[in-house]
Amino acid sequence: MSGIVKVKNVFKNYGKVEALRDMSLDFPQGKLTSLLGPSGCGKTTLLKIIAGIIKPDSGEVLVNDQIVKGPGPDRAFVFQDFALLPWANVLRNVAFGLELRKVAISERESIAEKYIEAVGLKGFEKSYPHELSGGMKQRVGLARALSVDAKVLLLDEPFSAVDEQTRRKFQEDLLDLIKKEKKTFIFVTHSIEEAVYVSDQIAILLPRPSRVSEIIKPTNLKNKNPENIRRDPEYLDIVDKIWFSLKTYVE
Amino acid sequence: MKIFGYKVPLMSSLLLWGLLWEIIGRSKLTYFIPSVSEIFLTFLEIYKSDAFVQASTETAYAFFLGSFFSIIIGVPVGILMGKNKIVDDILLPWVNLFISAPLSALVPVLMILFGFGMKAIIITTFLFAVWIIVLNSRAGVMQINRSLVEMAKSFCASNIDSFFKIYFWAALPEIISGIRIGCIRAVKGVVIGQLLISIVGFGALFELYSANFLMSHFWVVIFVLFFMAFTLSEILAYIENKLAYYASNR
Repeated sequence: MSGIVKVKNVFKNYGKVEALRDMSLDFPQGKLTSLLGPSGCGKTTLLKIIAGIIKPDSGEVLVNDQIVKGPGPDRAFVFQDFALLPWANVLRNVAFGLELRKVAISERESIAEKYIEAVGLKGFEKSYPHELSGGMKQRVGLARALSVDAKVLLLDEPFSAVDEQTRRKFQEDLLDLIKKEKKTFIFVTHSIEEAVYVSDQIAILLPRPSRVSEIIKPTNLKNKNPENIRRDPEYLDIVDKIWFSLKTYVE
Repeated sequence: MKIFGYKVPLMSSLLLWGLLWEIIGRSKLTYFIPSVSEIFLTFLEIYKSDAFVQASTETAYAFFLGSFFSIIIGVPVGILMGKNKIVDDILLPWVNLFISAPLSALVPVLMILFGFGMKAIIITTFLFAVWIIVLNSRAGVMQINRSLVEMAKSFCASNIDSFFKIYFWAALPEIISGIRIGCIRAVKGVVIGQLLISIVGFGALFELYSANFLMSHFWVVIFVLFFMAFTLSEILAYIENKLAYYASNR
């Protein structure tokens, strides 16, 4: 399987702090890859470099064999703190990516309506962000990223500001969505369970200096019923294994 | 406020103060304080007079032009300062200098530069109002949620789009409160300008009435000015309130 996103020898420093050192990583098409690691391992930095929001000091990122020079229509970003326009309703927020791409209003609203329904927010089109719960806000963020129809979706700890129950429901919905949408997902998280639950491939990142320590590919989990994954021996083994390799880096 | 279980309408305390004033005025304690009823009657008598109408229109004209320019110049400059470090470094010392400076001292210079008339008053009004509008717009932009900026960037927003669709709206609550304070300062500017130049608008009236010891006339002008400034401030505070729903949720 070829990598649709390729990160090649990327370096990034913030002043004296080394965020990324010689990072190379491949992301296979149509799969969900998690970037998992303790805080300070540069996972969000890497994601923003792939998005083109941050420029690397050296090295390059290829998306579909094109070198990334900045943000592009082939990628869409889901933010940890949702990044919704507080002065706009759900419909406009979801359509905002298309609005910036100069899509006509009737067209973008019909696309937005479709994705509002897909993420389970039908009936909330006219609501404002401050009237929604954290989980619903992130559904808006997800619908906005989906509606621009990018090949690659970049998710920066999308569920970290959401309560545990909502988070589980969200993870199940995400599995469903991955099957339907056939997009490439790159998913930053610091939750081991979450990474194992949703991923086809998990890249473990370690800090100081930041590097990819190993790549784990659960083989059998995706074919299981989402409700049984958390009881599966393979799931439990992988969670344990990751915890043992990360343990020494947690203060 | 409630008295004996009855809800008393807002600002009814003013009635009490008005009553006290009336008593003092009627007791003829001092020549300088005529009774409220006398001031009101004077108002009814003079509000249609040519001098009063002309003074009002001149004052309103100077006030609106001064405020208008301070808003259409102050808001974009403030947003640019908040967005761009270089612009900020160049302009901030000047803004800080002028916001703390006693601007009345500049009025004589303005008179020399722009003549003894309307132009100097409009510019005085502008100078009183513009700095706080700049600073507030700047502050509004600087507190903007970085994620919103990155979001716009990630969807390839043009500079113009991010200016009008993100920065302006994100800073709007601060901009409106800047405009509110700016307009209050503009009222001060227009009055101080007119007093110092004193041949146009209410400045001329003040001069005329006080020179002739027409105390109730004098008070009418003061009441009208206070009332105008207060009403304006309340209207803008109302608009500010309307935006509060997202100001606290940004």
